[in-house]
Amino acid sequence: MVSRVNRASADIGGTFTDIVIEIAGVRASTKILTTHQAPERAVIDGVQGLLETRGLGFDDLDVFLHGTTLATNAIIERRGAKTALITTQGFRDTIEIGSESRHDQYDIFIKKPPPLVGRGLRLTIPERIASDGSVLLELDDTHVVALAHSLKEQGVQSIAVSLIHAYANPSHELRVREILSAMLPDVYFCISSETCPEVREYERTSTTVANAYIRPIMAGYLGRLKAELAQKGLNAPILLMTSGGGLTTVDQAADYPIRLVESGPAGGAILAAKIAKECDLDAIISFDMGGTTAKICLIDHGQPLKSRSFEVDRTERFLKGSGLPVRIPVIEMVEIGAGGGSIAQVDSMGRLTVGPESASSEPGPACYGLGGRRPTVTDGDFVLGRIDTRKFADGRMVLRRDLAEQALSSDVGDKLRLTPVQAAAAVTAIVEENMSNASRVHAAEHGKDLRRRAMIAFGGAAPMHAAQLARKLSLVNVIVPKGAGVGSAIGFLEAPLAYEVVRSRHSRLERVNNAATADLIAQMKQEANAVVAPAAGDQPIKAHVSAFLRYVGQGHELEVDLPFAADGGIDGAALKEAFDRRYKEVFGRFLPNHEIEVLTWAVTASAAQPALVADEASNGSLGKIEPSGETPFTEIDGSTVHAPVYERSELGPGTVLTGPLVITERETNTVVPRDFCVECNAFGHLVLTNLVVQAARQSDRKGAANDRQP
Amino acid sequence: MTVSPEIQQIGEIEFQIMWNRLIAVVEEQAQALRRTAFSPIVRESGDLSAGYFHPDGRMIAQAVTGTPGHVNTMAASVLHFLNRYPAGTMREGDVYVTNDPWMGTGHLHDFVAVTPAFHKGHLVGLFASTCHFMDVGGIGFGPDGRDVFEEGFYVPPLAMITAGEIDQTLITLARSNSRYPAELEGDLMSLAACNQIGVSRLADMLDEFHLTDLTALCDQIVRRSRDAALKAIAAIPKGTAEAEMVIDGYDRPVTLKATTRIADDHITVDFSGTSGLSARGINVPISYAQAYSTYAVACALFPEVPNNSGSLSVVTVTAPEETIVNAQRPAPVSSRHVIGQMLPDVVYGCLAQLVPENVLAEGASALWNLILEDAHDACLTQGIAGTRRFSALSVQTGGTGARSRLDGLNATAFPSGVSGVPVEILETLTPLIFWRKELRAGSGGAGKFRGGLGQSIEIGHREGHPFYIYAALDRIENPARGRFGGENGAPGKVALKSGRSLKGKGKQLVPAGDRLVVETPGGGGYGSAADRDAGSVTADRQNGLTK
Repeated sequence: MVSRVNRASADIGGTFTDIVIEIAGVRASTKILTTHQAPERAVIDGVQGLLETRGLGFDDLDVFLHGTTLATNAIIERRGAKTALITTQGFRDTIEIGSESRHDQYDIFIKKPPPLVGRGLRLTIPERIASDGSVLLELDDTHVVALAHSLKEQGVQSIAVSLIHAYANPSHELRVREILSAMLPDVYFCISSETCPEVREYERTSTTVANAYIRPIMAGYLGRLKAELAQKGLNAPILLMTSGGGLTTVDQAADYPIRLVESGPAGGAILAAKIAKECDLDAIISFDMGGTTAKICLIDHGQPLKSRSFEVDRTERFLKGSGLPVRIPVIEMVEIGAGGGSIAQVDSMGRLTVGPESASSEPGPACYGLGGRRPTVTDGDFVLGRIDTRKFADGRMVLRRDLAEQALSSDVGDKLRLTPVQAAAAVTAIVEENMSNASRVHAAEHGKDLRRRAMIAFGGAAPMHAAQLARKLSLVNVIVPKGAGVGSAIGFLEAPLAYEVVRSRHSRLERVNNAATADLIAQMKQEANAVVAPAAGDQPIKAHVSAFLRYVGQGHELEVDLPFAADGGIDGAALKEAFDRRYKEVFGRFLPNHEIEVLTWAVTASAAQPALVADEASNGSLGKIEPSGETPFTEIDGSTVHAPVYERSELGPGTVLTGPLVITERETNTVVPRDFCVECNAFGHLVLTNLVVQAARQSDRKGAANDRQP
Repeated sequence: MTVSPEIQQIGEIEFQIMWNRLIAVVEEQAQALRRTAFSPIVRESGDLSAGYFHPDGRMIAQAVTGTPGHVNTMAASVLHFLNRYPAGTMREGDVYVTNDPWMGTGHLHDFVAVTPAFHKGHLVGLFASTCHFMDVGGIGFGPDGRDVFEEGFYVPPLAMITAGEIDQTLITLARSNSRYPAELEGDLMSLAACNQIGVSRLADMLDEFHLTDLTALCDQIVRRSRDAALKAIAAIPKGTAEAEMVIDGYDRPVTLKATTRIADDHITVDFSGTSGLSARGINVPISYAQAYSTYAVACALFPEVPNNSGSLSVVTVTAPEETIVNAQRPAPVSSRHVIGQMLPDVVYGCLAQLVPENVLAEGASALWNLILEDAHDACLTQGIAGTRRFSALSVQTGGTGARSRLDGLNATAFPSGVSGVPVEILETLTPLIFWRKELRAGSGGAGKFRGGLGQSIEIGHREGHPFYIYAALDRIENPARGRFGGENGAPGKVALKSGRSLKGKGKQLVPAGDRLVVETPGGGGYGSAADRDAGSVTADRQNGLTK
């Protein structure tokens, strides 16, 4: 059955905006440069362009799906708004003091991440709320009013308000916002009791500050997008992908952009999980490399790992604890500043570094000829012959080799005495090494074996680096899926229509058995359904209820699924039984005599994914195919050969080719180096095989088999 | 060394993966303990450790938690268990526990639990874990004890669970001796549960890699680690250096003296010349002194080598009996961290003469834990009714010493690596109110690289009731010294808001209506302040970090 829902999906990255539309089950896609001054421009132009080819307009769409890494990139590149923090007197330094621990116990030279708000813009007011929500020290309006002048004078654009115990009583935060927003009408406000109503002042404040830091950019952008889409005739819901892999409304997203920090990558992880299932792969590593960052995610049994906390911008060797904590639901992955736009430079000690600073789309890599003068990974890829210049950005852009070489020489080659080609090889080698290290650290943190995994590579830059990365990690197979260049945007289409509503209601278990809880759940269900229903078409909507419980006295909760609660049947005895069972499952033994408390309820409404769809460009042939051109391709050892370039659209299932070669499509180029072969599989995905590692594995296996039979 | 065929087949990469996996298994074990623990300092601050041991007692993998003090001590305690309960007598489903300071981690407040791991009927290792308990009876968690018997109840190494069967007599006895019995029982079960997680993850690993025994892997891990540590030692200058540091002590100053010798294949640290026993509970069982001294050496010389019996084997730490760092039973030892966590500064005093780039200046070093309890007795005396019972262990930190190329870290634990307990959590658990917890301007010692800043903290009782502080705080009389021309950090202070200074050690009352005011020490500077770059000087002043 093919879905009858017409859908559009857009993913804004730091460099490119990816667009996919699906009309009556047929998909088409495009990739255009992100328009940073007004990111909605590229989204609207891109969707409109694709719709026009079908003779359709925005009013033909049933749902508009969207994700973006604008939020993450603003934090990583410290390009957010000028933000102030207002907090309780005596707690000015909470976000700097942090956890008081060290993220590496043995490295005496660690650096901690600088807070998003410096000490000068951390302001305090006398007031105090107790843990039970009662007021110990009344808020005096005059102290709040007194702050306005200096906030205005310093040009503050956004204000985070995070007061001690505000999650238990938001009245002071609300009052601060009320007073100051009247005096500073152009300033955005984020209060912790709304952004992250959870106990623990450091994490709550850090999350609120991060939200405030990116909110002016994100709210402005989403507001304009919504208005323009409406003006163009869209009357379907706009749903935003959240970092947890669910969807949220555009208004919620504008208020809480922090929940979008990993939305693009979450879409990618969903796509990778779907392809893993399709290709019957139990363990994969997904590798998503765009213009600004690379994301690596391990997916076992088709399910990405999830977590309720996340760190943005890990500063040191990707180590846990070296980033800024945010309390949001996320798909677990590691992200580093390594993308096509990552800038290469030589530091004072003569070391070549790449990223995390990105040329993004403006000015962009030097070869774009848009004014960028600094060499990027894309410049390196281009000079190494990994990019088919005829197809770049749909042929709308002419890449300039002279500018790429010039930038590589002046910033890298001249300092290290390398030719432009050697400099290009060095830049790509460094960025690939960075990514392989991040992959290893991430796998090690979870105790996972990388080598037995297949890699699924997508995002505009990944297919150019995937084979080299696979070499470093000793992987045998790399899958470059259909539509790889716009992988995250396709992932949004694959995401189940799901919306999660979470409410904190602290109570002893014996007291939950009442109508108030049932009402609460019913209300949450209604709220979640309202978001999902318009986009679900004729798919049935399911509700899923869970509770976060713990033994009284513990500090961490266990999520317990409550299948019986969806119809309102909450009772303490059933909850206790479910918790005890889950506790025993996780920790081996439960504590029969301890009291249990519930902290949080979660209700998710979801509709199933629409059925698999056909693709617009599936006219590949089975027979022998001819290259459409050639490129001077430089291998990692520096040797340059003339490698053939093939059109991806001409590769049909069963086609097998041996590297070195480049496969080009509108949104990316797949590099198949020497020692690799590539096959187009039945689903239209390219499967690269590392022949050297494969041979070594086979002989290992034979050797091992011989050893076992003395 | 013999290598089993299994290991020969798997090769280098697979070896790396299995080693990483073992570390991941113990990390998961540690996470499980943190998630299930009842004691706030465990669940919030990470005062715990977890590890995997070969059946012969060698420590193979240790979770990187915030507690170097548990690291080598746990290695020693597993051997004590094995002496009493030989591996051959252990059965599947057994769990052994003790809180013996000399067999465990140096004081009665930490319990160690050991669980044998069986796979298909064979003993394939031991999982051990340890964490800090809220209350073990006695006079409470403070340094005032005159011997270890006053400090709480004692559980010798015993089987708490035998083949899955819980010893209810032991549990009942333990519960009956604690002011917080439910939490105590819960934490004992958490230790058992986290070890069980280790056991089942290890079984998964053995299945996945088709192994029946980990001896060959263990041998290789130990050998590699030892070789890596030896390689690091080979690369540095050899020699012997002495250093001395005087700190406040309980009732008189304590001199800590170390002689560190770097030989070709070994490092020794000896504490001869260090002061004798203290009359009260700041004495240190040798295993705890060894833990922190070895940790200091590892940080300076081979920080990237994982902690196990191989890497530990290159360092020997000794001290004459009945010095304050080698106390014998029944000396009081409850607050042994006040001395033990100072030892890295003394070791670095030695290493500064041999490898000056690899050390920090002196820092606040010992945690400024604020152990605060209700004063129900004082309330009775003063006729204050209904004061709420509570016991809070609030981890607080000062500044670390400056580094050879970086400023010290503000408000950061070193050498301990535990986290602070969030104020909001402490206030949920107790009637205390923190009115202030901020960086303490001007407390970092000036230098080319500035010492880390301490904190200013102010705590009151919500109802204005009196409460006790069990102080075990040092560097009030003797601040952290700078190195190579760096200036000293600011000394710490403990006082009442109304003005009177309190002592750094011992149980003292914060009277009704008053507040406790604490200034934690700053770290010392590194290099002369005249060499500090102008931009950093300006930035410090603008941010109000210097006065």
